Amino acid sequence: MHAANCSGRGFKVIIILLAIIIAMNPSIEVVKEVPVDRYRELGLTDERLRWMLRKMLEARRFEEMVERLFLVEGKLIGPAHLYLGEEAVAAGVIGALRDDDVIVTTYRGHGHAIARGVSMKALMAELFGKITGTCKGLSGSMHSALSVEHNIPMATAIVGSGIPIACGVGLALKYRKEDRIAVVFFGDGATNTGAFNEGVNLAAVWKLPILFVCENNQYALSVPHRKSFAGESIAARGACYGMKSFLVEDGNDVVAVYYAADKAAEYIRSGNGPAFIECRTYRKKGHGVYDTAWYRPREEVEFWMKRDPIDRFFKKLKSLGIVSEDEFRRWDEEIALILEEAVKEAEEAPVMPFDEMWNYLYVGGDARYGEWR
Amino acid sequence: MGSGVREISYAEALNEALREEMRRDERVIVFGEDVGVLGGVYRVTKGLLEEFGPERVLDTPISEAAIAGTAIGAALMGLRPVAEIMYVDFLTLATDMIITHAAKARFMSGGQVKLPMVIRTQYSLGRVHGCQHSQFLAACFLQSPGIKVVLPGTPRDAKGLLKSAIRDDDPVLFIESGALYRMKGPVPEDEYLIPLGRCDVKREGDDVTIVAVARTVVEALKAADRLAEEGLSAEVIDLMTIQPMDYDTIVKSVMKTNRLVIADDSVKTCGISAEVSAYVSEFAFDYLDAPIIRVNSPPLPIPFSPQLEKQYMVDADKIVDAVKRLVG
Repeated sequence: MHAANCSGRGFKVIIILLAIIIAMNPSIEVVKEVPVDRYRELGLTDERLRWMLRKMLEARRFEEMVERLFLVEGKLIGPAHLYLGEEAVAAGVIGALRDDDVIVTTYRGHGHAIARGVSMKALMAELFGKITGTCKGLSGSMHSALSVEHNIPMATAIVGSGIPIACGVGLALKYRKEDRIAVVFFGDGATNTGAFNEGVNLAAVWKLPILFVCENNQYALSVPHRKSFAGESIAARGACYGMKSFLVEDGNDVVAVYYAADKAAEYIRSGNGPAFIECRTYRKKGHGVYDTAWYRPREEVEFWMKRDPIDRFFKKLKSLGIVSEDEFRRWDEEIALILEEAVKEAEEAPVMPFDEMWNYLYVGGDARYGEWR
Repeated sequence: MGSGVREISYAEALNEALREEMRRDERVIVFGEDVGVLGGVYRVTKGLLEEFGPERVLDTPISEAAIAGTAIGAALMGLRPVAEIMYVDFLTLATDMIITHAAKARFMSGGQVKLPMVIRTQYSLGRVHGCQHSQFLAACFLQSPGIKVVLPGTPRDAKGLLKSAIRDDDPVLFIESGALYRMKGPVPEDEYLIPLGRCDVKREGDDVTIVAVARTVVEALKAADRLAEEGLSAEVIDLMTIQPMDYDTIVKSVMKTNRLVIADDSVKTCGISAEVSAYVSEFAFDYLDAPIIRVNSPPLPIPFSPQLEKQYMVDADKIVDAVKRLVG
């Protein structure tokens, strides 16, 4: 365009129009807390609402037990990354998906696995490194969510690395013209990796059926989001690749998360290509189970503790008469019993015989060769 | 052999392998940088887009981690992706995917998943590409059990091994020798497969065993010809797959010849030859009549200057010298 054309009144009109478009930012939809009187219009049944609360509670109690086994009882060792405080994201997203949609998760994946129906006993056994675990004791906590039976074929312990892998899942689904979608969970820290840029870009260019879910828990280990990221939102990053993007400002409201995920999933299933969701939430605990997270300001921690996703959702469902105090307590007791059994069974279960590991190196059984035969 | 065998190039043989496997199995898809419209910078994927269409032959952005990651995800879902990384040097951008994900997925899932995927790449040592476009690096992957590493040294092997790699249910890193792309050799017209995980005795002999792999197979065979003129009978073993390694064939040969020279394009320190040498020293020491000699490149980056690159590389002369030192 010639410079002359850009002068005068026409130019001003263009600038004003552009400013309006940017302000409206049609590619980013901001989602706030959903008032309870809107639950029905979102198509949420009592059953689904109760399911979301139950799954959040299971994840909460499971990880509280895990934390105790590490820090108090000393029965578990190795790395484990707790999802405490972020449960609304798993329950909201997975609650909006179909069971045959394919999930790629991370080392902070207990909550995703539990929401998908992976047995807490198998997860616990995996944390104990026993053959009865989800991955026969070969993965530990960090890949314990990997369960093909539950359409979770990958749980990575490398920040950002699930994103390119999800591209392949999406490509396979698209190639076979299936109406399933791929969903990949990752944290705010992951969005600073090269893998994120490469994967998100490829998915957008190839219009792959993938839902990118950023669980923005505000910290990459000890580094706060504002010190590793200069943009206005991570959702804006999704949008700049040419994707439909949602910013769930209250990621501790499970229904807000559900709303965004449901809308995004429908958009993706209709063949529009990938979509992106940033859920703002908070890690109640440290990065790993041994991290006390002393580096966080007290006011910030207090602010988020008041926004506990389970307390808030329970109060709402109670006010709607969907879950009673008694029932909630009964759930708690049921879960406590399952966990008690899970720990006992995991402790008693055997470890895989050492040589059996050779069966899992390559397809086709015992792969011993050379001196290892 | 005889009838039904024609001379085609290493690159053409690879192209035939891809074409045949894509015709045979629609789960096979191909993607990478410039593999579609251009047909690959070295023409290995030539004509595939025209024959199989844009759903099965995809040009990617310059995103090596995404290329390898996409192969993993597609394989997890039951496709048989063949992803191309243009140069081994660019493979380092995808090593998290290859070493930490592809090689581990089956194991860490307790056998729940399998990854029938191939990452094709090539190294350009011998083509005057300088230090960032010529690296071999194959030995690095020996520290990563779980991925098979295959290196063809002839057109016939290139085709037969690539077809096997595509049909294999495990992740395969398939490293081609760029310097051999235009080399012609006999390739059967009828379909054939060459199994992964086995060495090939390329030439039988009694006085010395020469173990080689990829580009150095050609040099080892030239060296064996020259040694024969001087009355020395060399057995040439092509490793073909370096992981898992067929140690038994090597040991069997050493038991016969009692002398071992190993030539490969790794930098000498902890290269492929170091592993072969260590294994034979540890498990077949009593059969050796002389120390093992490794013929490798020095631990220097690869120089650009054509004259310097030539001096840097393993060649038939260096192999002949090594054998003479051993026998003489």
